[in-house]
Amino acid sequence: MSARENILGRIARARGSSAVDVDGVIRRHQRGPIPPLEDNLVKRFGEQATRLASDVERVATLTEAPGVVARYLAGRDLPRRGVCWPNLAPFDWGAAGVEVEARAARGDDLVGITGAFLGIAETGTLMLLSGATTPASVSLLPETHIAVIGAECIVATLEQAWDRLRAERGALPRAVNFISGPSRTADIEQTVTLGAHGPYRVLIIVVG
Amino acid sequence: MQVSAMHFKRKATESLRNAKLQKALEKLQSKFVDGRAAAIAELPNFNDIRDAAAEIRARAIENLDQYLLRFEEEATARGATVHWAENGDDVNRVVADIAAQHGARRIVKSKSMVSEECGLNDFLESRGLDVLETDLGEYILQLAHEPPSHIVAPVVHKSKEEISDLFVEKHRRARTTQITEMCREAREVLRPGFLSADMGISGANFIVAETGSVLIVTNEGNGRLATTLPRVHVAITGIEKVVPTLEDVSTLLRLLPRSATGQSITNYVSVLTGTRGKDESDGPEHFHIVLLDNGRSSLLGTELQPMLRCIRCGACMNHCPVYQNIGGHAYGWVYPGPMGSVLTPTFVGLENALDLPNASTFCGECAAVCPVKIPLPDLMRQLRNKQTERGLRPWQERVALRLWSWMAQRPGIYALYARLAARALSWAGGRKKRLHRIPGASGWTKGRDMPAPAGRTFRDLYRSRRSS
Repeated sequence: MSARENILGRIARARGSSAVDVDGVIRRHQRGPIPPLEDNLVKRFGEQATRLASDVERVATLTEAPGVVARYLAGRDLPRRGVCWPNLAPFDWGAAGVEVEARAARGDDLVGITGAFLGIAETGTLMLLSGATTPASVSLLPETHIAVIGAECIVATLEQAWDRLRAERGALPRAVNFISGPSRTADIEQTVTLGAHGPYRVLIIVVG
Repeated sequence: MQVSAMHFKRKATESLRNAKLQKALEKLQSKFVDGRAAAIAELPNFNDIRDAAAEIRARAIENLDQYLLRFEEEATARGATVHWAENGDDVNRVVADIAAQHGARRIVKSKSMVSEECGLNDFLESRGLDVLETDLGEYILQLAHEPPSHIVAPVVHKSKEEISDLFVEKHRRARTTQITEMCREAREVLRPGFLSADMGISGANFIVAETGSVLIVTNEGNGRLATTLPRVHVAITGIEKVVPTLEDVSTLLRLLPRSATGQSITNYVSVLTGTRGKDESDGPEHFHIVLLDNGRSSLLGTELQPMLRCIRCGACMNHCPVYQNIGGHAYGWVYPGPMGSVLTPTFVGLENALDLPNASTFCGECAAVCPVKIPLPDLMRQLRNKQTERGLRPWQERVALRLWSWMAQRPGIYALYARLAARALSWAGGRKKRLHRIPGASGWTKGRDMPAPAGRTFRDLYRSRRSS
C-alpha cells in the first residue's frame, strides 16, 4: 500500500459515511462575514497602504506618472534608472529623466516599476498577477518598488478581488502576489525593520 | 527533530534562571499580546469572523479526504506533482529524490515548521546538498545550530548582541549591533544564495481545494524569492492545511496575521498555482507538493480532532503564562506552548512528553485568543486523563488522586479531613501564616511560600454565614 492510500484510507474510515458535496461547496463560493468599510475605497486604500509604510501619490492622468517617479527617486537620492513591465514602457520616461528597460528584474536592479491587477481597500494591498508581460521579479528583487494603479481598479475586499479575477481571467495565474508595503522583518528582538529580502520602499501611484 | 520533551522540568528550570532569555521573553509579550489586541479591535465583527473561521476549519477537517483529493486533482491539472508522506522519513526521502530527479544541488528554504518535524535540513545535508535557510530568524538559527523556540518568531530567545557575535564569526565583517544594519548584512549575504539556487523549499499556510493552490504568508519576501527564482519549488505541508475555497482563505486571512503578529495583513500573501507558463520569464518549471500525515490522521474521530483546525498563528503561546516564563525550547520539540502541549504528545508519543499536558495553569487564555476556537485546556485535560488511564503518572500521584476521589465521594469524611487539614496547616503556618515546606510538594515550595489556610474551611464559613 502506498502512503497515499494509507493516509486517505485512514481519513475515510474516521469520516464514515458523512460525505460532503465538494462541487456544491466550491460552486457556492460562500463568503464569510465582511468587516464594514467606508464608501470611499480610494481614500481607504491610501490610508491603509500608508499605515503599512507604503508611500502613496495620486495623479489625475497616466502621463503624470513618470514625473512623480522622477521626483520620488530624486528626493531619496536613488538612481533614476530601473526595469518596468512592458505595458509601462511607452510612457515618456525620457522627458522625466528616468531610464527604464522593459524586462524581468535581475539581482542588481535597484528600481522596479509595475502595474497592478487590483488594489484592495480593506488592507491597502496591491494584487499582482504573474504572466508573460507581468514578471513577478520586478516587484520583488529591486530595493524600490513602484506600482501604478488606476483608481477604478481599487475594490473593497479580497472576496471582490477573487470575483473579478474569476470573471476576467477564469483560472488563477501561476502566482497571485498580494503586496502590502515594503518587505520587513521583526526577527531580531521583535524590532520592525523595513527592507528584509524584498523592497525597502514601495511607492503606489493611484491614477484618476 | 530530536525529541527532548521528557526533560521539560529540567529545561524549564534552566530557562527560569537564564536572565538573557527572561529579558527576551518580556519583549515578546508586549509586542505580540498588545499587537494582537489592537489588531482585533479594528474588526467590529471580529466574533462573527472568528466563528466563521472555526467553522471553515472544522468543516474542512470533517471531510478532509474529499478536499485533499480535490486539491490533488486541481494541482495536478495545473502541472504540479502531489506526493504523500506518512512520516518525516518519507518527506526526507521524497524531497531528496526530487532534488536528484531535477539535478538540484543548491537549495534555499523559506520557513517551514513541518520540515522541522522531519529534520529535513540535516538529512539533505547528509546527502551532500547545500541547504540555506532564508527567513532571517531561521538563518540565524542555522548559523547557531539551534532549533526554533517559537513558531512565528523562531529566534525570540536571542539578543541582538548574541546575534551580532554570530554574524562576526560567520560573516567575517565589522561588528554592528544596529538592527537595521544587521538585517542589511543578512540580506547581502543571502541574496546570492537566492540567485544561484536551483531548488526552493517552502511550507504552506493553506492549500486550496478549489484551485490546487499553495498559499504562503511572509513578511520578509524570502518566501516569494524561494518560490519564484529557483527552477524547482517544493512545498511541504501537513494534510490538515486544506481549505475548500478562496473565500474561505479570505476569512482566515483576516485572523491569521492579526493573531500572530498584530498585523492586519502580512506584507506578502502568495497564492501559487502550477508551474511557469510557456512564455513566462520567471517562476519554477517544476512544482512539487508534499503532504505529510505524521500522526495527524490519528486525531480524526477522537476528542483531539479540534486540534487539526490549528492555523499556526502562535497566539496561544504568546498569551500563555507558562510559555511567557520559560520560552519554547523547554517544550522539547517543534511546537511549543499550549498547541505544542497537545501536538507533541500526539506526534512523539504520550509517554515521551509526560509533562507537557501538565505545563498549564488552565487559565484559559490560549482558548480565549485562538482564532479558530480550539479548546486547548480541554484537550490538555483529555491528555492528562489518558496519562492516568494508561498508568503513565507517578504512583504517588495516582494513589493521591484515588484517595482524593474516594474522599470526594464521601462528603462527611471529606469535610472532616478538610477541617483537620485546614487547622493543621494554619498552625504550621505560624504567625506569618506562610508555609515554607509541604511534605510531598517540596518542588512547589522551593521557589515560593504557600499562604496557610486561615483555619476554618469554606464549607464551615458558608454554613455559619447562612445561618446568621
